[in-house]
Formats: sequence, C-alpha cells, structure tokens
Amino acid sequence: MYIATARQAPAAGGTGRIAGNVFALGAVSLLTDVSSEMVTAILPLYLVLGLGFSPLQFGVLDGIYTGVTALVRIVGGHAADRWQRRKLVAGLGYGISAVGKLGLLAAGTSATAMGLVLAGDRTGKGLRTAPRDALITLSSEPSALGRAFGVHRAMDTVGAFLGPLVAFCLLWTLPARYDVVFVVSFCFAALGVLVLVLFVRDHRDVLPRVAVSLKSAFGLLRSRPFRRVCLVTCGLGFLTLGDGFIYLLLQKKLEVDVAYIALLPLGTAGVYLLAAVPMGALADRVGRWRMFLVGHLALLGAYLLFAGTSGIPLLVGVLALHGLFYACTDGVLMAVAGPMIPDELRTSGLALLQTGQVLARASSSVLFGALWTWFAW
Amino acid sequence: MRVLVVIAAVIVLGVGATAYALRTPEEIPVAIEPGPVELSTGRLLFVDDASGKVASVPLSSPDGPRRVSSLSCKRFFTAAKQGLCLADRGGPFPGSVAIFVDQSLTETHRIDVAGVPNRVKLSPDGRMASWTTFVTGDSYAQTGAFSTRTGIYDRETLLYQSNLENLRVPGMKRAEDRNYWGVTFTEDDHTYYATLSTGGKTHLIKADTTDNFAKPLRENAECPSLSPDGKRVAFKKRVPGDGARPWRQHVLDLSTMVETPLAETRGIDDQVVWLDNDTIAYGLPGEGIWAVQANGEGAPRQLVPRASSPSLVTG
Repeated sequence: MYIATARQAPAAGGTGRIAGNVFALGAVSLLTDVSSEMVTAILPLYLVLGLGFSPLQFGVLDGIYTGVTALVRIVGGHAADRWQRRKLVAGLGYGISAVGKLGLLAAGTSATAMGLVLAGDRTGKGLRTAPRDALITLSSEPSALGRAFGVHRAMDTVGAFLGPLVAFCLLWTLPARYDVVFVVSFCFAALGVLVLVLFVRDHRDVLPRVAVSLKSAFGLLRSRPFRRVCLVTCGLGFLTLGDGFIYLLLQKKLEVDVAYIALLPLGTAGVYLLAAVPMGALADRVGRWRMFLVGHLALLGAYLLFAGTSGIPLLVGVLALHGLFYACTDGVLMAVAGPMIPDELRTSGLALLQTGQVLARASSSVLFGALWTWFAW
Repeated sequence: MRVLVVIAAVIVLGVGATAYALRTPEEIPVAIEPGPVELSTGRLLFVDDASGKVASVPLSSPDGPRRVSSLSCKRFFTAAKQGLCLADRGGPFPGSVAIFVDQSLTETHRIDVAGVPNRVKLSPDGRMASWTTFVTGDSYAQTGAFSTRTGIYDRETLLYQSNLENLRVPGMKRAEDRNYWGVTFTEDDHTYYATLSTGGKTHLIKADTTDNFAKPLRENAECPSLSPDGKRVAFKKRVPGDGARPWRQHVLDLSTMVETPLAETRGIDDQVVWLDNDTIAYGLPGEGIWAVQANGEGAPRQLVPRASSPSLVTG
C-alpha cells in the first residue's frame, strides 16, 4: 500500500526545468558546506596547536558520533513527516550547526565541552539531510529528478571545494587566528540559514492525512522495491572504503609529500562537481538504479587501478573514478528511492535509507581501520 | 526584497567578521635593548611572543630587557654555539622549514619539512639535528586524523631521514598507527630517546641511528629530554583530567628507573630543556618561560615573560 504513488518508470525525457526550490536548497548547501568544511579542515590544527590537545585525543569519538547521527536522522525524518514540516526540521539542523561554530569558541580548552559541540554539529547534519533531500524530490518533476539532484550536489560540492581554501587562506593571512576562522565559518552558516528561511518553500499541499508513525516508516521496508534498494545500498556501503583510506593508499603508493594529502580530496570534489549534473541527467535517461550500480563499478575500477598502475595515471585515474563514483551514486540514490516512497512518508523513508548506508559505511571503516592498524599493509 | 535582505546580511556579517579579525589584542609591553642576538655563553635564547622572532637575555637577569633578532621561528634550539630554527614555511597550506644558523644567527643551510612545526633539538655537540612536525592528513574525512613526522639529520655525513618509520621494536607489532616525536640525543651522536605512540598508548623508547633498532623503556612518557650528565630523562606524563594539556612533568632516573614528579603542577606541553643538571626550563602558553628544580623540590619560578621555546648557550 505504501508504494501506491511510486514507481513510474523513468520517463524518456529528463529535460524538465529545475525548480527554483532546488537552486535555493543548493545555495543553502553551498554556504553551509563552505562553513563546515572550513572548520573540518583546520579543527585538528586548532585542537592540537591552538589548545594543546594531544594528537591522539580526538578522532576516537568519530564512531560514537556516527551512531548519534543515525538515531537523529530517523527521529528528524519522522518529525518532519508527522507535522509535514520538512523546512522547519532542516532549518533546525542548519541552525544548530551554525550556532555550533560559535560554540567552538566558547568551549575553550574543555575536552567535554568540545566533544558536546562537535556532537551538536553532527546532530545538525543528521537532522537536515533527509528533509532537504525529501524537499528536492517533492519540488522536482519526476522525470528530471536525477538532474535535479545533480544540480544540488554540484552546488553542494562547490562549497566543499571552497571551504578548506577559505580556511587556509585566512590562517595564512592571520596566523594562528583560529577564532577568526570560526567566526567567518559562522557567518557563512548564518547566511545559509537566512537563504533557507527566505527562499526555500516547503511543500505543504496535497496532504493525504495519513497517521504517520515510526512504525509506518519502518513499514516502508515491506515494499519489495524499496527493501531491495535499502539492502543493496547497505551491502555496497559495507564494501566501500572510506575516502580517507583511498587518499592514504594514494599517498603511500605514490610517496607524495604528506602535506599534499589535503589536496587529494579537491581532485575528487572537482570531478564530482563537473560530473554531477551530466550523470544525473544521464541517469534520468538510462535508469537511475542502473546508474547507481554502474557508479560502484567506477569505484571498483579505482580499486583495481591500485593493483595495475602507478605514477600520474594512478593519481588521475583514481581521483577521476572516485569523483565519478560520487556523481553516479550520491544524489542518484535519492532520486531512485524518492519516487518509491509516498509523499507523506518521504522524509522518513529517505532518512531510513541514508541511515542504513551511513551505518554500513561506518562499520566498513571501523573494520578496515582495524585491519590496517593491526596488519600493517 | 528578499534579495535585498540577503545583501544586507552579507554586508552586516562581512563588516562584523572583518571588525572581529582586525581587533588587536592588548599588548603587554616588554623592555627591549638594542644589540645583536648571538649564541654566546650564558645567554638564554627563546622565541619572543610579540614578534615571533628569536630573542635572548642573559640567564643572570632573565626578566630584564631582551635583544630581538630578525629570525622568525616557531621553535628554536641551540647547542655547541649553533642554532636550529623550525619555522612556518608560509603559504596557504601548512609546511615547515628547518633553518640551521651559526653563532650570529646567519643561515647556513635549510631543509623543507612537511607539516606544522612542533619540536626541534640538536645533540650536545650540535652534530645531530632532529625535529617533529604535525601533519593533518585528510582534511575532508575524519576529524582528528593526525600524525607526527620526526626527521633526523646528521650534519657530518649529511644523512637525512625525513621520517622515523622503519624502526624495529622487538616485541612490538609492526602497526600502521605508529607515531614518533620528541627526539633527544645522547653524547655519542647515535643513541637517542624519543616518544613512540601506538595503539592509543605512548612509550619512551631508546633507539639507535646506526641499526634502527628501538627498545621500549616504559609506558606513558612523552617528549623526553636528556639531562647534561646523561643519567636522567625529563618527560611529560599523561594524568587524568578534562581539557587541554593533561600532563605532569616527571624526571626518570635511567639507572634505577625511578620517576619523580616535579613541583610544577600546571600541564606542560613542551619538550623541556635542562639549564644545568639540577634545573629544567619550559614554556607555558601565555605565561612565558619558567624553571623548576629537577629533583621534585622547590617551587616553579618565572624566568622570561611573554616568551616560549627556551634553550641555553653553554660551553
């Protein structure tokens, strides 16, 4: 019964207009990503050099945060559906993360306070992702959904691209002024929230007044196509190496100066940024699920390159395939799943799928990290 | 209308952030005397907080006026009337440079190093140089993905090991999470002590540059510094506590392996220096350079305000 509205085969076209809402959400994501990637890029430096934490004191908690985020995602998705207020829940998520930037300044040298601020930031990220993606699916023509996600993810990645550059340029001109980086990061995040409030429209029309409960959200898994998507996504997620490992492997194999590891993600982001829209449009034409699976072949190709090539071909090949993998899978997966879920449960359903994927990838990271540590590759 | 609101917000936030960035912190003035900074006996060398440059005072009156050079360093160390400066390389991405200087602080040689400056030391006769930098790897992936790089340079044979990573430690698994920092050389110029971190624990190790073997001596010991007589090692030991710098400085007697906590109870995040066989000196962020007795008695006293990275010219 839950798939009543779902599963129109992708229409042949994929040339429909991209909704203003998608561009608005893209702008919000761009600003927010500049803000968060600024902080991510310099946080280790700040903690260790600015505050004098031991290099090993942080990072351990990463796994715990992932668990918290997973829970928050489900609860946030449910709340957004229950009151049909996706914009509000997403805005709450963006807002928490914005305030968190100032919290970094206030936390001072207390490890507990710092941990709480970082957990708050992840909570914000967990809250906003599913309602945002649900809004994109609800605002777009079903036939051009892949392209709509492509546009959103490309804008998002521009932010991820600019964030570290802004942060390092600030630290370059104002040495050791981590506080200025946090203040500027807060400004970007605040602008993001403002753009969300002013330009993003929630979809509050055509509401079949169905009672929305957590049970009904998990009940989505009774639909075979959606269950298949969830299971395959989790399975593939479990086989996916974390980005950090890919860059570490590249650095080891190429023996590049460690300082330049920081630049490797820019290669992936650059390819992702350029390929997101064409791959999304292509997915609309050839089938999004097929595209999602093919995307994983690109990742497999990247792994195989490690065995077969070296030098510049390895570097360029791996980064290109890695970027392509993201372009073919990240937004495309949401475009696959969106139409399978009835409107009133859209956010819960997407949250469920994202949570599964996040948990699968996290457990794969933990496992691979343990192998890496103990069997010295 | 909505666009105007956004433009107004951009202007307000931009002006606010700029005003915040340009707000200058209050400077506490310190007395400066004219004159060259030279590595002459009895001078205490350090990095001046206000200018970030190498400066010096006579150890006999450390709180008096200081001489400030034109050499910018994050860390500075002197031994046998030679100096080694670890400085930021400049540029948008973190990088360091190790600068060797002679008695008049004139550059003689430099080596580019990856990462952010952290520790630097010379062996007692100035032949062996070592430094540690912090490298933040994958900025996009996990927070706190951090590693240390420790290089050793032999100024006689010109052998340069850019990172200690191939040390063999009998009885310890070869793991990828090994990090080394804080090298301190003995007088023989090949035996040294350092910190090894693996599996979430730190170890004091004794290693040798000739065969690259290392022996763990004890757990929970960081940033060793060997006394002038070579019999004791000062180190920082992690103690329970919330917050940055949860360390207490100790001195370990290498023949008895008995450790003594020092009278300084504030957390020291520094590789301390020995002024003589009875006194160590160290920097505390924002509080200047302090000294305390190495036998655990007495009380810490301030040597130089507004300064860090001390080292003494001897001989």
